Parts: sequence; structure tokens; C-alpha cells
Amino acid sequence: MSLAIQELEQSPLVTEQAVDEFLSGRTFPLVEGPSVTFVYRGAADSVFLQHWIYGLEASQPFQSLPGTDLWYLVMEVPPESRFEYKFEVVHGPHRRLVQDPLNPDTAKDPFGANSVCHSERHEVPEWTRPDSESRPGQVEELSFRSQFLGSTRKVLVYLPARFRQEKRYPLLVVHDGEDFLRFADLQVVLDNLIHRLELPPMVVAMTQSPRRLKEYADDPDHAKFLCEELVPQLEERFPLIGRRGARGLLGSSFGAVATLSAAWRYPDMFGNLMLQSGSFAFTDIGKNRRGPHFEPVVSFVNEYRRSPNRIADKVFVSCGTYESLIYENRSFVPLIQSTGMDVRYVESRDGHNWENWRDRLRDGLTWLFPGPIWMVYE
Amino acid sequence: MTSDPPSPKAPVALLGPQRFSPTVRDTLQELRVDGPVACITAGWEERELEDEELSEHLGYEARNLRLFWRTEEVFQRDPQLKESLLARHDKLRGLQKRHRLRLSHALEAARSLMREEGNDDLLEPERVSAIEQIQELDRHHVGRVQEIHQQFSESLSAGQHGSVQQEREDLARSMDGVGALLIAGGHVVVLLNRLRLFDVLGLASDLPIVAWSAGAMALSERIVLFHDRPPQGAGDPEILETGLGLCPGIVPLPHAQKRLQLDDPIRVSLFARRFAPAQCITLDNESKLCWNGQDWVASPQTKKLNHDGQVQEFAP
Repeated sequence: MSLAIQELEQSPLVTEQAVDEFLSGRTFPLVEGPSVTFVYRGAADSVFLQHWIYGLEASQPFQSLPGTDLWYLVMEVPPESRFEYKFEVVHGPHRRLVQDPLNPDTAKDPFGANSVCHSERHEVPEWTRPDSESRPGQVEELSFRSQFLGSTRKVLVYLPARFRQEKRYPLLVVHDGEDFLRFADLQVVLDNLIHRLELPPMVVAMTQSPRRLKEYADDPDHAKFLCEELVPQLEERFPLIGRRGARGLLGSSFGAVATLSAAWRYPDMFGNLMLQSGSFAFTDIGKNRRGPHFEPVVSFVNEYRRSPNRIADKVFVSCGTYESLIYENRSFVPLIQSTGMDVRYVESRDGHNWENWRDRLRDGLTWLFPGPIWMVYE
Repeated sequence: MTSDPPSPKAPVALLGPQRFSPTVRDTLQELRVDGPVACITAGWEERELEDEELSEHLGYEARNLRLFWRTEEVFQRDPQLKESLLARHDKLRGLQKRHRLRLSHALEAARSLMREEGNDDLLEPERVSAIEQIQELDRHHVGRVQEIHQQFSESLSAGQHGSVQQEREDLARSMDGVGALLIAGGHVVVLLNRLRLFDVLGLASDLPIVAWSAGAMALSERIVLFHDRPPQGAGDPEILETGLGLCPGIVPLPHAQKRLQLDDPIRVSLFARRFAPAQCITLDNESKLCWNGQDWVASPQTKKLNHDGQVQEFAP
């Protein structure tokens, strides 16, 4: 089967009108089996695909279609993949990084937004989208004065729909919680999974650190803040179950390091850990090559690797196979399994980004906190 | 050989979920009930008393029997009873876990045989035998659960019944003069345990009963838990235990369209054959299954799972 772009290329006379017709009625990037065709139309000297797939050259050059202003790139992409990208358009002395003008699908993050490519058979999970049948929970903003961190911290607290003081709830604490709300649709996901009885109604506290590279990198004061200040105060203020097995801690990237570190320092606090794309950098030999921010991380992970211990009951680990951290995460799994903790590990063909973390929430949270799906029929 | 199941004495109506398409009032009108009714919303647990929407829908007095909070009060007065019930609950949970383990292998084998294509003369007896093994497991499980209930009943002293008896007398007064008993859905175990604890059906005598979702399940002979697409696990339907037996021969399946893969003939067929001779009936929005004294009569939204894997309108 020839690709649409090949048919256009091989037509006897490639005119601007033929290009118009090629573009019309198609969605881009164009997915045809394992082949994905990216196109850019406009004046340029060269065009590149900038992506964040570890293992591929980060910059992939487009070809121009002679006699037209159309540029294209065909890539072979494994099924069920999702990755984020931008176009780099070079024109004269100017280099511009732009979103794909023909692709309305974008993913936001703290640095802006990227275009998104879904390869064949990849689907955005329907439970990540608002469902009019789901009763919405509420998010309250609280302030916590932390002696250990020496500042006042804003904490957003999700209370499930039909929250009642008479009931006792499990507690999940989420690092980078505001980002999870903004970029990973955390509230929609919680509303949907609780409505579908896949999660129990639960209270979710979302923290956000203004100095995450320091505080999340095995900072003992941050662990003290979580375990000696935040959780006890939340348990005073809200009707929480208040047992280790009913508490969970979640983090992605550096937030996963903070999660591991807090649980390691306070093994009696959290029964359930969710570690997404953990920045578990370590060295067997030689020096850390990931930069100075990783120094305390490497020291901590090296120490944990030397003498791993049981720091929770259940640990959910996930990582994208297009992330540079896939090696660290894969090698981390047998290590924590050796401690006797119940470990579940999930990989996806995705990168180090918020939608990857969003799309693994159902797998992880429903395993750590099973809902009453078998017992409740309303 | 199987005998026909016994029939309910008073009118019973089993309904689908009421949140989006409430049909309780129309059902009561059909049953010629017009006046105060007793309602049980214990399956809603801590939200038990938030029944304003139900009262508004009915347009007349609905006396909430408060079984959830009544039980909490009994537990406070009688901690020994609470302890015994929790011990029983733990035992039942442990048993359910082991049953699930055995069941998963048996169901997987049956599904594989049903998926396999080829010589039916060879395959069908194997399928029949596989289903019989599952039925035997189900029977065994129900028997074990009954043993635990029996042990629990015997272990309770007469004094411990006192706190329950007191509430039962109060319940009888609350139900005096009502035209029907309504049983809402929710948590099926919470609901069933409280219906049993106070023997509410014993107080309802010949009252018409309208029950929906978990309420309908609690009235069945055997309570079947089900979900074909849970976020974890294989989604194997399992028998919880015997219900109150008021709708013999019927396995009520609330929210079937959402919970079951009704377009998968193998799953549908296995479900229907496993629980035969009982009929597996879907209870979705606007579903209604009524016992009219002679037969079960259903609304068009009420479907039945067939042995051939199809789902069709229910006809007795």
C-alpha cells in the first residue's frame, strides 16, 4: 500500500491545487498503519520535527515536495504510541519552534503546549474526559504554615461529591498537585473514577513546591513537612481513616523521588505509593551525568539501592518507553520487589509528560485504592 | 430435573436505577398504592436520610426506616453484637476471596471452551461439564456461607437479641398503616445485612414491595455480583450469598448495559447457562419486572440473557 504523500509525489504534475486537495479532508499528522506523515506548508529553508522520544534523533528533517511549499516527514511509529512534538521552521536567519498548524491536538505543560501525535490504535482513555453523569467533587484551598520549610504553603484539597463528615475517607497526597489539576485533568479523573465506583470516595491533598528541584530531591525537611505537619493536620481537619493502609502518596518525575524519599524516611506513614516516571538516577560506577540538581537524588537512590527496604505495602510504578528514565525505572522494579512490597509496573509508549501520567492514573489508583464497584448498585 | 421456583405472596416490583428516570411513583400507582409508604435507603450508608428527592418524586409521605443509623445505634448499645457481626463479616470476606480464586480458573476454562470452534459433538459435552463444575462451585460457596450464618446465629445469646428486638418493635410501629415497602439500591451487603438483622420482610407481611438496583438484588434467591470491565481483574461474576428469596427464579442485573458486555455472546451465554434455571434479567433505566400474582410481567426496557448469547425482551 502506498502512502498518500507518495501518491501525491508520484502524480505527473504536482500543483498547488493538488496540494490543496491532498490536505483537504485529512487530519494531520496522517496515520496510515505504522507510518505517520507530518506536513508543513509555508515558506521555509528547512523544517525539522522536534520531539521528545528518547532513542531517536531529537531533530528529524523534513523533505520538500519540489515545485510546492509543502514539507513532509514520514516516520515509522509503533502502534499505541503517543508523543509530543513541535516543528522547527528555519527561514533565512530565523528559527522558530511552532506547534503543528494542521493538528488541533495539543498538550499543555508548565512551559506552554506541544502538538500531540497518536499512532495507530492509540486512544485517549474516555475516563479522562468530562462525563455529565459524574457528580463533581469540590476543591478547597487551604494554607499550611510549615515550620520545617519555613514558609506558608498552599494546599488544594479535593473533597469527593457527596462528602459527609460522618464518613471516614482514605487520603491521597499528590506532589505537583496544581500541575496535575491543570495538565493531567486530575479532578475530572477523580470525579469519573469515583462516580464509576472504581475508586472509593477519597480526599486528595495537592501540594505544590516553589522549589521542587531542591525539596523533592530527598530533602528531609520536605518529608517532615508531609509526615509531621501536613498529614496530621489534614487528619485533624477532615474525617480521614487515618491508617497507613488508607494513605497514599503520588508523584511523577522529581515528585516520585520526593514520594520515595518521604516513604523511606517515614515507613509507617503511607501504605500506598504511586511513582510515575521517577527520576531515580543512580550510578553503579563513575559520576552522575544528569546535572547538579540530580546530585542529592543520585546519593539517595544509590543508598536505597544498596540497602532497599520495605517502605509501603503497595507500590505502583509506571514509565514511558520513550523516556530517558526508562532504564532507571525498569531496574528499580526488581529492586523494590525484593523487599516484599506488592509492586505493579506498567509501561506505555509515551514520553515524560503530563498526559502520560494522566493516562496511567486509572491503572495505579484503582489498584492502590480499589473502589466498591462489586458491591454498590445504585 | 428442576422444579418450578416458588412464587412471591404479595406483589413485588423490581426496577432499574432511579437517578435519571424515576419510575417508583408510576409503579406504586399500578399497584394501587396511594398513601404513606415505608422506605429503606440503608444501601446509601451515611447518606441514608438524604431521601428528599425520593419523597419529592413520590409526592406523599415516605417513612424512612433508618436501618443504617438504627444499626449504628444498636452497635453502640451492644458492642458484643457489633463484634460478632464484624467477625462474621471478616470470615465471609475471607471465604469470598478463596471462592473467587477457584472460580477464576473454572470460568476461564469454560470461556475457552465456548470460544473454541469446531466439532460441536466433541465440544458441547465439555462445555456442559465445565458449566456444571462452576455450578457446583457456586453451590459449595452458598453452602459454606450458610454454615457461617448458622454459626453466627447460634453464637448469639438471647440477651444480645434484646437491642435488636427493641428496634424491631419500633420498626413495626413505623410501618403501621403504610401501603408499600420501598427498598432503594446502594451497597448490597450493607443493605442485606440490615434487612436481615431486623427481619424487615417479616414485618412487611403482605405489603407490596418495590425495590430497585441493589434493593432488587437483595430480594433475589442468590445475589450475583458482576462487572465485565472492572479496572482490575478479570470481571468474573460471583455469587455473594443467598438473598431474601422474594423473587425466586430471577437474577436481577441492575445497570446491565454499563456493567455487562451484552454484545459478547460468549459472556452472555455463559452467564445465562451458569445461573439456569433462574432467568438473568437486566434492570436498566425504565426497566420494570412485576409479579402480578401469577406471572412476572416486564416493561419493554427489561431484557433477558439467553442461553444462545443473545439478549432479548423478557417474556415469562
